[in-house]
Amino acid sequence: MNRFAKLIFVLIISLLIASPEVFAGKLVIKGSTTVLPIAQKTAEAYMAQNPDVKISLSGGGSGNGIKAIIDGTTNIGNASRFIKTKEVNAANAKGVYPVPFRIALDAIVPVVNVKNKVSNLSMAQLKDIYLGKIKDWKELGGTPGKIVVISRDSSSGTFGVWKHLVMNKERVIPGALTVPSNGGVVQVVEKTPGAIGYVGLGYLTKELKAVKVEGVYGSRENTLNGSYPISRGLFMFTNGWPAGDTMGYISFILSKKGQKLVEQAGSIPLF
Amino acid sequence: MKRQHIDKGVHSGFFLIALFSITALFLIMVFLFIESIPVFDHITIKEFIFGKYWYPTDDPADFGILALITGSVCVTLLSGMIAIPLGIMTAVYLAEIAPPKVAQIVKPVVELMASMPSVVIGFFAIVVVAPFIQKVFNIPVGLNMFNASLMLAFMAIPTICSISEDAVFCVPSALKEASFALGATHFETIIKVIIPAALSGICTAVILGLSRAIGETMVVLMAAGGAAMIPGSIFDPVRPLPATIAAEMAEAAFGSEHYHALFAIGLVLFGFTFIFNLVADYISYKFRQTGEASL
Repeated sequence: MNRFAKLIFVLIISLLIASPEVFAGKLVIKGSTTVLPIAQKTAEAYMAQNPDVKISLSGGGSGNGIKAIIDGTTNIGNASRFIKTKEVNAANAKGVYPVPFRIALDAIVPVVNVKNKVSNLSMAQLKDIYLGKIKDWKELGGTPGKIVVISRDSSSGTFGVWKHLVMNKERVIPGALTVPSNGGVVQVVEKTPGAIGYVGLGYLTKELKAVKVEGVYGSRENTLNGSYPISRGLFMFTNGWPAGDTMGYISFILSKKGQKLVEQAGSIPLF
Repeated sequence: MKRQHIDKGVHSGFFLIALFSITALFLIMVFLFIESIPVFDHITIKEFIFGKYWYPTDDPADFGILALITGSVCVTLLSGMIAIPLGIMTAVYLAEIAPPKVAQIVKPVVELMASMPSVVIGFFAIVVVAPFIQKVFNIPVGLNMFNASLMLAFMAIPTICSISEDAVFCVPSALKEASFALGATHFETIIKVIIPAALSGICTAVILGLSRAIGETMVVLMAAGGAAMIPGSIFDPVRPLPATIAAEMAEAAFGSEHYHALFAIGLVLFGFTFIFNLVADYISYKFRQTGEASL
């Protein structure tokens, strides 16, 4: 009996050791463009450590990442938002059980043109601007002029977080300009004196002016200590608890080394 | 005997190739229908077409595309107003007035404009045109209907110009000579004889140009501003149909109402371009100039 147990133990151990061999080969990662820089940096480092693993990366957006997990066309689906109930139901109907891993944090920062004098806005003011109740900068103590509201497409992950945290689920005015990417917001705000928009922390440049929210700067420290109100988690989803290289890769991101790469990619590491 | 066999083989070979491309197109159409129908379980066609609010990710969501249709139609009309006169006049100039040496240079250049990637034009619209019209017209933002229309006109001109040029060029010279013989000036001949004679070709050119403008995606996505509202002036941002599909399809949850609604928008867009092409076909058939007697 004892020998039998030992045998099984050895068998399991050898299986565990062998399993990376079994799964070695291709690892497919798809999804959010916000997570893409992180995935890129970490995938390169992981492949350098494990030369027999080939990782193929592509963007496409959070919705596509989760869709790829549901369809079984990827090992890891990236998303800049949590999975929606509808998507969980669609996955379960196909026998897929998505498992989320929070791999990094990101803060969303309201930005205005560098010429703008307004440097601090409350959450209520931000909400009223995006509801169309505040229309002129003079109502906020700035130089008189129409506020050009810039938002992201209603299905982007960044918009989802903005809507959840700032809008409190109320609707952004239809007259808001929508721009398809973080980079697009940067472009428009840079060139439009009356504009206000919002971007991920990694996209802040010198050509933009970041606005304090409730007197707090959107920065790494303030996100980690919880004082900055508009922040979100970045996720990787797998089908069921991961194994083999998928597990290896995700543990790598969550390691100290991986989180250092997260920081290099412009996002906020978890620790 | 053997040659007949080869001939038959060639026939069926070409038939298969033609069949393949038509089937592929047909299947895409079927797919478009199948994917868009489920959205009408949730809303009626009337609510979809005439609904004013497009909030696809809200709960409860609104799938009204009136603002999007208006956006598409306005942008296309405005671009037509810019592109049609320019395109036709360029065509007349090239076919009738320009010295052959100039035409030899200008014509390929105009046709080269058609091969400009639309993403480049969109980028140009954001970086150069937007700040420019912002300053010139003193408006708060340069990404709007006017900017997008200008860029679309720029893209439609080559189509309109090269097809109308062919039409003008093909007007029988006997007509022209008859007009000159009656003492008409060159200008009178162009206005009263050549343009009417080439009208069917010119109409086809205009409609094909506009159908290119309404289906164009990248430029309107980048330059139109993307606000899903019914525009009040030409300097308001709009969100045409193709831009909506392009911007939202990537992130729409697979199989959701939103996903199906985007396919339904595709269907509407397909309807627009289909009608445009049908009309172009009809006009070129109905008003075809056969011989010199029918003018």
